[in-house]
Amino acid sequence: MDWQSAKQLRDKITAGEVRSVEATRAVFARIAKYEPIIGAYISTFEERAMAKAAEVDKRIAGGGKVGVLAGVPIAVKDNMCTTFGETTCASKILANFRAPYNATVVEKLLGADAVIVGKTNMDEFAMGSSTENSGLKRTVNPWDRSRVPGGSSGGSAAAVSAGLCAAALGSDTGGSIRQPGSFCGVVGLKPTYGRVSRYGLVAYGSSLDQIGPVTKTVEDTALLMNVIAGYDAADSTSVDDRQAPICDYLAKLDEPIEGLKIGIVPSFNAGADSRVQKAIGEAIEVYKRLGAKVVEVDMPHLDYAIAAYYVIATAEASSNLSRYDGVHYGHRTANPNDYIEVYTKSRAEGFGKEVKRRIMLGTYALSSGYYDAYYLKALKVRNLIRGDFTKAYEKCDCLMMPVAPTTAFKIGEKMDDPLKMYLSDVYTIAANLAGVPAISIPCGFDDKGLPIGLQILTPAFAEDKLLRIAGMYEKETEWNKKRPLIIDN
Amino acid sequence: MLVGLEIHVQLCTRTKMFCGCALSFAEEPNSRVCPVCLGMPGVLPVMNREAVEYAALAGMALNCEIAKFTKWDRKSYYYPDLPKNYQISQYDLPLAVNGYLEIPVGGVNPALQKDGPGATLKRTRIRRAHLEEDAGKNVHTAGNFSQVDLNRAGTPLLEIVTEPDMSSAAEVRELAEELQRIVRYLGVSEADMQKGHIRFEPNINLVVMKDGKEYKTPIVEVKNLNSFKALEKSIDYEIGRQLDLFVETGEVMGMGNKSTRGWDDVREATVLQREKEEAHDYRYFPDPDLVPVEMNDEAMREIRARLCELPLQRRMRYVSEYGLNEYDAGVLTESRATADFFEASVKAGGEPKRVCNLLTQTGLKLANERICSIAGLGVTAEGLAGLARMAQAGEISATAANTILLEMVKTGKTARVLAEGLELIQKSDAGELEGVVDEVLRGNPQAVEDAKSGGKKSGKARGFLLGQVMQKTKGQANPKVAAEILGKKLG
Repeated sequence: MDWQSAKQLRDKITAGEVRSVEATRAVFARIAKYEPIIGAYISTFEERAMAKAAEVDKRIAGGGKVGVLAGVPIAVKDNMCTTFGETTCASKILANFRAPYNATVVEKLLGADAVIVGKTNMDEFAMGSSTENSGLKRTVNPWDRSRVPGGSSGGSAAAVSAGLCAAALGSDTGGSIRQPGSFCGVVGLKPTYGRVSRYGLVAYGSSLDQIGPVTKTVEDTALLMNVIAGYDAADSTSVDDRQAPICDYLAKLDEPIEGLKIGIVPSFNAGADSRVQKAIGEAIEVYKRLGAKVVEVDMPHLDYAIAAYYVIATAEASSNLSRYDGVHYGHRTANPNDYIEVYTKSRAEGFGKEVKRRIMLGTYALSSGYYDAYYLKALKVRNLIRGDFTKAYEKCDCLMMPVAPTTAFKIGEKMDDPLKMYLSDVYTIAANLAGVPAISIPCGFDDKGLPIGLQILTPAFAEDKLLRIAGMYEKETEWNKKRPLIIDN
Repeated sequence: MLVGLEIHVQLCTRTKMFCGCALSFAEEPNSRVCPVCLGMPGVLPVMNREAVEYAALAGMALNCEIAKFTKWDRKSYYYPDLPKNYQISQYDLPLAVNGYLEIPVGGVNPALQKDGPGATLKRTRIRRAHLEEDAGKNVHTAGNFSQVDLNRAGTPLLEIVTEPDMSSAAEVRELAEELQRIVRYLGVSEADMQKGHIRFEPNINLVVMKDGKEYKTPIVEVKNLNSFKALEKSIDYEIGRQLDLFVETGEVMGMGNKSTRGWDDVREATVLQREKEEAHDYRYFPDPDLVPVEMNDEAMREIRARLCELPLQRRMRYVSEYGLNEYDAGVLTESRATADFFEASVKAGGEPKRVCNLLTQTGLKLANERICSIAGLGVTAEGLAGLARMAQAGEISATAANTILLEMVKTGKTARVLAEGLELIQKSDAGELEGVVDEVLRGNPQAVEDAKSGGKKSGKARGFLLGQVMQKTKGQANPKVAAEILGKKLG
């Protein structure tokens, strides 16, 4: 089956030109063929998916009403709760955990008649930048099997890139959608904090986590946003539609933008590999050709983003992950001597190295006597970074910068040096700290043929504008039409 | 001695603090639970506005300042009955601060208070009151395992902390009972101690004078108190125990020597639970899943409008305004329903003391037997007022009034219908009674003679004659009128 976007597929299915059963079967045929190499999925639901596809086909054939994702095969990151299959967060501690409820986004996908193909691999509890921290399996980059797909939504990005689904959902706490999007040559959006409900997303850093689409095209991202965005009474931090109205992102996509002003932070961008810098520069040239102006902006506190992030995210994580204790659900150690051992041994056995590291970091940051020096200070830095964005957006409509300092790195390359791994998040973290939306779109390849991503950021709740800006570049270039060599068509 | 209280009050909201589950008592274990209060992966709390309003109302009744801006914090500790291993609570910005609660010392009668009303009220300062979620319960039945029942998990709790302003066990009990009445009056808690709706944990120590110097004994916190009696007894027990221990060891209050003791109801003694206050680090930090709570002036006014006259104020007013004795005033104001019923009855024309007597002598006894409120007996406040009016007018005797009330409850008939049907209407007609009196005088010449003699025997004889009149009228004669006629005839 030809490479096609979710939107193209949806249009053909609703028009009766392609049946969802065929499209879904084709996806599972590809999964059978490539999944053993790629390792994108923790679980797949072929039977369930085929049944849903058949049901949607039947409704279409009968002239019935169908949702906007009618029959489209979609993958979901394995940290979003589903009543079917397991929700593992790629952790041994939840390896057999079956959620008693669906995440709000899952309900929305199902309500839009999407066909959920399976649940994708990730860094354990979304902690990582390479998916190597998965406690359950390894995912490789479809562009180069010796390299990582990025992370933590590496499974989602690899699955979309390799055509193992039409589109996917990921989650982004410090770059976990955008960086794997960039590494795998696909589009990845982290919406504004509060735009998409987090209810049912297993929490890592609650004040930073946000669910977003991982897709082949900007148009697909708009299509998925139309489904998942919006207020949810079950999530107090989701934003009221009256406060920040959602809109038809797809319908607005082609609206032209006059006099676009792009902000860049030259000193900040200088930290990236020269090939990455070059690709970003070339992308900005494309915008200039389309009439955009470039302004230099000063964001002095971006340098402190990583430090602030690793205090805030780990502090929240240390609390969020305390519920995995072997008492109520999840892994429990065999033959504990007392309830303290239920805690200590279950957690010692169930959590991987990086998760333990972050729990310890966060526990330390929140401890009495250290709270002010670490957590409180990090919150202050976070406010300064927010201020940097507010000031920058007075001068420009959007910011452009790399997604990651490098292209996909080798498997194992950074596993011995956590700090080196943390530093690879340098460009993505600020958007989470400030809560603003940011997208990664393909903008070229390095000399090894590995994809490079362009990151675009706008003010909060301006996803419509962000997608339009991303869309105008996509229309001018062919980067997103390139497929990894591993894919034979 | 010094006692401060830490009080946990379960609020009787429709749903739990952060989810839609109904509150629970004694249901099948783990039947009132959902993913949120079970602390499942991925769930998020949603604040129950009603709980915040209840808590603010209680704070206002405790004369606290209510915070216009408050937030939620996570308090981390590991325990099997705490599903998330953190409790959502309020740390540095509690909902209410700096209040006080007063209890009467030596009676509530303002007339008896030389220095004006309130002079004999003892004030205990309230340090803070904040909202939090309750934990579940660990259940130890048989075997070498425990089970966890999470029905209670997520129930809204108001934690009230007083300053150590109380100085006797009786005072603590009085304050605890007053607090129970207040939260019940406000309708924010059922406040049943046996059911754990309201839990008191006193912090007790002594100030001992020795050789002209003051010594403070180490603070002891007492838990597991499920009755006011236990609360009072545990404090008295601690006074003796701590004094003995001080004489023996001389140990004084210091860093880290606070201990926790549990009350043993059978042995009537406190038993050591935890020797040293563990160096707990709860790692409080603002809960990122919840937004801060802001209360504007309008919301505040709306809540304040729900405040009612509190039990103590009402009790004092009953003494001064209605002239009731302190005991009766206390009985009537024990529950808001009774007090409201009483006042409605008075408003409907019932003389306060008559209404009070009917309620305290018969009404409350019946309500107790039937385990219902006064209003639940089926007699309206107007109906009771009617009965009281008949008694007041002398149409029926006080004894008959109580009998009639009993019948009103049983039959639902009105006081007048019953009084007539049971022939309890008093004969007050002088002409009619005169005949009876004459008859009695004729039939008892010796007694008449004695009565007229004016000597020692006179009073007794007059009583006897009146008794005879009552007997002849089957008790229906108005004793006052009969005595008057008798007096006239005997000169």
